[in-house]
Amino acid sequence: MPGGKERELKRRISSIQSTKKITRAMELIAATRVVKAMQRADAARPYAKHITSVIENLAAGGAEVNHPLLREVEDVKRVGFIVMAGDRGLAGAYNSNPIRAAERQLQAHRLEGKDYSLFCIGKKANAYFNFRRYRVDHVYTGFSDNPTYEDARQIAEDVADAFISGEIDEVELIFTEFISMGTQHVSVRRFLPLEGTAVLAEAGSGSAEAAASFEFEPSPEAVLESLLPRYVEARLFGALLECAASEHANRQRAMKSATDNADELITKLSRQMNSARQASITTEIMEIVSGAEALGSGDGESDTSAAIEMALTATATMEPGPYGAGSAAPLPDSSAPSPDFTIKGNADSMLYHRPDSRSYNVTKAEVWFDTPERAEAAGFTLANTHPSPES
Amino acid sequence: MLNVQVVSPESVSYTGEASMVIARTVEDGDIAFQPGHVQFIGTLAVWSVDVIKEGGERDTFAVHRGFVQVANDDVTILSDVSEPKDAIDVARAQIALDTADAALAADADDAAAAADKARAELRLRVAAGAE
Repeated sequence: MPGGKERELKRRISSIQSTKKITRAMELIAATRVVKAMQRADAARPYAKHITSVIENLAAGGAEVNHPLLREVEDVKRVGFIVMAGDRGLAGAYNSNPIRAAERQLQAHRLEGKDYSLFCIGKKANAYFNFRRYRVDHVYTGFSDNPTYEDARQIAEDVADAFISGEIDEVELIFTEFISMGTQHVSVRRFLPLEGTAVLAEAGSGSAEAAASFEFEPSPEAVLESLLPRYVEARLFGALLECAASEHANRQRAMKSATDNADELITKLSRQMNSARQASITTEIMEIVSGAEALGSGDGESDTSAAIEMALTATATMEPGPYGAGSAAPLPDSSAPSPDFTIKGNADSMLYHRPDSRSYNVTKAEVWFDTPERAEAAGFTLANTHPSPES
Repeated sequence: MLNVQVVSPESVSYTGEASMVIARTVEDGDIAFQPGHVQFIGTLAVWSVDVIKEGGERDTFAVHRGFVQVANDDVTILSDVSEPKDAIDVARAQIALDTADAALAADADDAAAAADKARAELRLRVAAGAE
């Protein structure tokens, strides 16, 4: 009989095995999604690049710096924080890193006596700040792993409205930058007010000289005015896409190490289980041997060796199959546990098949027997797919 | 030749060569670009953009919001809402037009409905021009 410890270990192993299956599947899914997310981030780059170049050209063309999105406030009273995290966990430190960075940032501003306003993207960020009784003003969920431009526009609109109306005087963006498959790190950036066009022009000074001869319709200021909100959206969208790629990359890594850990644990537990079984077999042999010795003491060596032999045969058949001696449970692929077992049994129909049965090959053995007699002893009947005795 | 790109926030949705591009800017009406055009940046009206290829073939887009930048024979249309004429759902545009008309009938100053109407009309016009 397998000991209690052995049974418990077996149960733990099978539970770890099913966990491993899940983590492995998640790892593979994340691996394909991270590639897609990277492609999306790449595909979105031309738009951001072109918008930036248009702004540079506008700045070089002398557009006035007077847009509300460029409004620099000397005495900042309230700072907005856009925190980008995920909707789901199981992604390593992907969620906690930007959240903690945001909280640090928020506390730092609070020490300077500034108020805060939180824009939480992703359920995890919202849950964290709500739980700690921060005031969360805007929540956006449901798209963190696959954001659309429409999502970015919605957020940008709320942020820009709050900024233009003077509710907040500064906005910081906290998100996870995607450097490569192996490297992502949290980045805190000033989002609003935008750097003045002078700064933008300087950043693009290389092309600005050639751009001095642009014509503008209707006017540089008017173009800039309608362009800046788009620029804000595009920047936000770019950050969302990088976050999505980072989330999948983090999840893939986390799930890979979970799968590795499960493997390790399974090996360790199997070893423990085997030694537990060995121990219980040894104990049993010792019991039988000492019992035999106690009964026939004095009869000499031969009895002891017979007892040991008995004990060994007993342990060899120690784990009889579900239908008693001579039966055996199939291996996981339903093949016979050893070449001695040649009779296939079907537990539903209670029929057994000899190798000469017509349907022997297609029958999936639910139990194996070593001889037809054993099968009949277990209550099975011969399937009628066998050639009749006369023919 | 002009190198034409229609760039949306999600991707570069169209690239092609053309001999002429016709667009409409917010205030000054239609403007056509040909090779050698002076460098230009403009805000586009809710209107169509026609890309005319060398053989006279024409690709039409409904552009609901966007900018055009012309520099060194590169024409870049930046738009977050643009549709090539084949992608327009005429039935949906018709419904949108009817809805907008109804809203305008109830409140003639409804700016959102007026904008909806303009967009729906543009879609229908571009789609019809295709045939």
